[in-house]
Amino acid sequence: MTRIEELVKEQAEKHGRKRTSLMPILQAVVSSEHYLSEEAMLAVAKELDLSTADVYGTASFYTFLDTVPRGKFIIRVCKTITCHMKGKDEVIRTIEDILKIKLGDTTTDGKFSLLQANCLGWCHKGPVMLINDEVYPEVSPEKVSEIINQYLKKG
Amino acid sequence: MEKQIKKVDLIFGKVDYADILAKSLKRTRDEIILDVIDSGLRGRGGAGFPTGLKWKFAKNEEADQKYVICNADEGEPGTFKDREILTQVPEKVLAGMALCGYCIGASEGYIYLRGEYNFLLPSLYKQIDAFHKKLKELKFDFNIKICSGSGAYVCGEETALMESMEGRRGEPRNKPPFPTQQGYLGKPTSVNNVETLVFALMIGQEGPTKFKELGTFDSRGSKVFSVSGDTPTPGIYELELGMTLEQFVNEFGDGDTKAVQVGGASGFCVARKDFKSTLIGFEGIPTGGSMMLFNSSRSMFNILNDYLEFFEEESCGQCTPCRVGCQQLLKGIEAVKKGVKPPPYLEELQKLSDTMRIASKCGLGQSVPNPFNSIIKNFREEIIY
Repeated sequence: MTRIEELVKEQAEKHGRKRTSLMPILQAVVSSEHYLSEEAMLAVAKELDLSTADVYGTASFYTFLDTVPRGKFIIRVCKTITCHMKGKDEVIRTIEDILKIKLGDTTTDGKFSLLQANCLGWCHKGPVMLINDEVYPEVSPEKVSEIINQYLKKG
Repeated sequence: MEKQIKKVDLIFGKVDYADILAKSLKRTRDEIILDVIDSGLRGRGGAGFPTGLKWKFAKNEEADQKYVICNADEGEPGTFKDREILTQVPEKVLAGMALCGYCIGASEGYIYLRGEYNFLLPSLYKQIDAFHKKLKELKFDFNIKICSGSGAYVCGEETALMESMEGRRGEPRNKPPFPTQQGYLGKPTSVNNVETLVFALMIGQEGPTKFKELGTFDSRGSKVFSVSGDTPTPGIYELELGMTLEQFVNEFGDGDTKAVQVGGASGFCVARKDFKSTLIGFEGIPTGGSMMLFNSSRSMFNILNDYLEFFEEESCGQCTPCRVGCQQLLKGIEAVKKGVKPPPYLEELQKLSDTMRIASKCGLGQSVPNPFNSIIKNFREEIIY
């Protein structure tokens, strides 16, 4: 059994092998592996006795269930109206400069992915971004440099 | 004299929820449901269905299992009140769910929490544990679990939400059957917004009269507003319903407000000339709480463009009017802006958006014409030039 298969099996045992367990299992795989690989989706399909197309079809519907490799830290900058008005473009440019990647890309060391997201629900404190599940409201180019630098120091 | 906007504190004030539940459990289910109907409470997520009726329909269904779902998939741009409610008074939300469970005869409840709010999970789990202990003391059998979303706006639509909970793509179902007949796993289900559940609990405590006295005939009570955009005081405010947009702008505007988007991206854009005549509520423009203010420095083209990009990405793609409509509206205004298409093309696009209202399967596609038509009507020049 590969590491991914073990992880999926462990999650299936925890959440059960019903269709209602599919989302929690996929979410758990993403939170550990940062994306759903072909191998992972095949393993989930096998554990839950579903067709792989069904698993992929479900996963690909959801923005947070990535099916392409992502970094350990996924940065999602809110791009919707008020965050746009309050300067999300400058924030994105700053992150691009620091990490030397473009929006949508992942750093070569696999540590960071930089993405945009639709409304994150902090419109009164924009611009806002998520790094994995962590929220950073009211970010500015200065503040975002500090935050990213802290993550750069992390393992 | 101009009427002042009345600030209300039903949602965020601390209460002895165990006491409210204990007293409610001594009453009959019908008595409580009648109180909720009498109060005039309508769903606070935006659609505004009478809450008491929803509970009554779910109660009247015969089934071995029923479910309560708290819709915390707050995704409407400009709305952030449910996050604040779940942060500040989660115990009131849980108690509202238990009250609903008692009324409709459900022993299981789910909170569908949007993935963007995952940071709330640790504290919510703690609250739920404590809440379950309290319910045990009250000898009331009701169990609450959390389902996490994964970043899909359309899952706020109640049938898409249940599809997602069942482990499928979040594509809305045909109605009927309505969720109160066949909801989660085919069982009768009451899906209520976070804020609605807290109001129901407060009506349980205060009785219907106090709530009914607030607001207007069609829009009873108060409402939590999410205020953002060009305002010196962005944030969350619980206000009595029935104010005009002019009163609202006087309170929250920056002195240069040219338009207010009432009800989020899927709501209506109201221009300055109409502030006085526009009532915020079900007899005027309803809102799930989102109020975005724009001052004269803002380009309404950019704003409409942002909305359409949002809908184009968030359309589930299941029905053609919404999937293709969102794409064509977005392409269309860009073409007009660039001069590739002549200005009268905007009228063609409006016909398309009217078609979306009639032909789309769910509220997403049906409400795209709200911002589109209102912005084209009020700010045509800004879209063209």
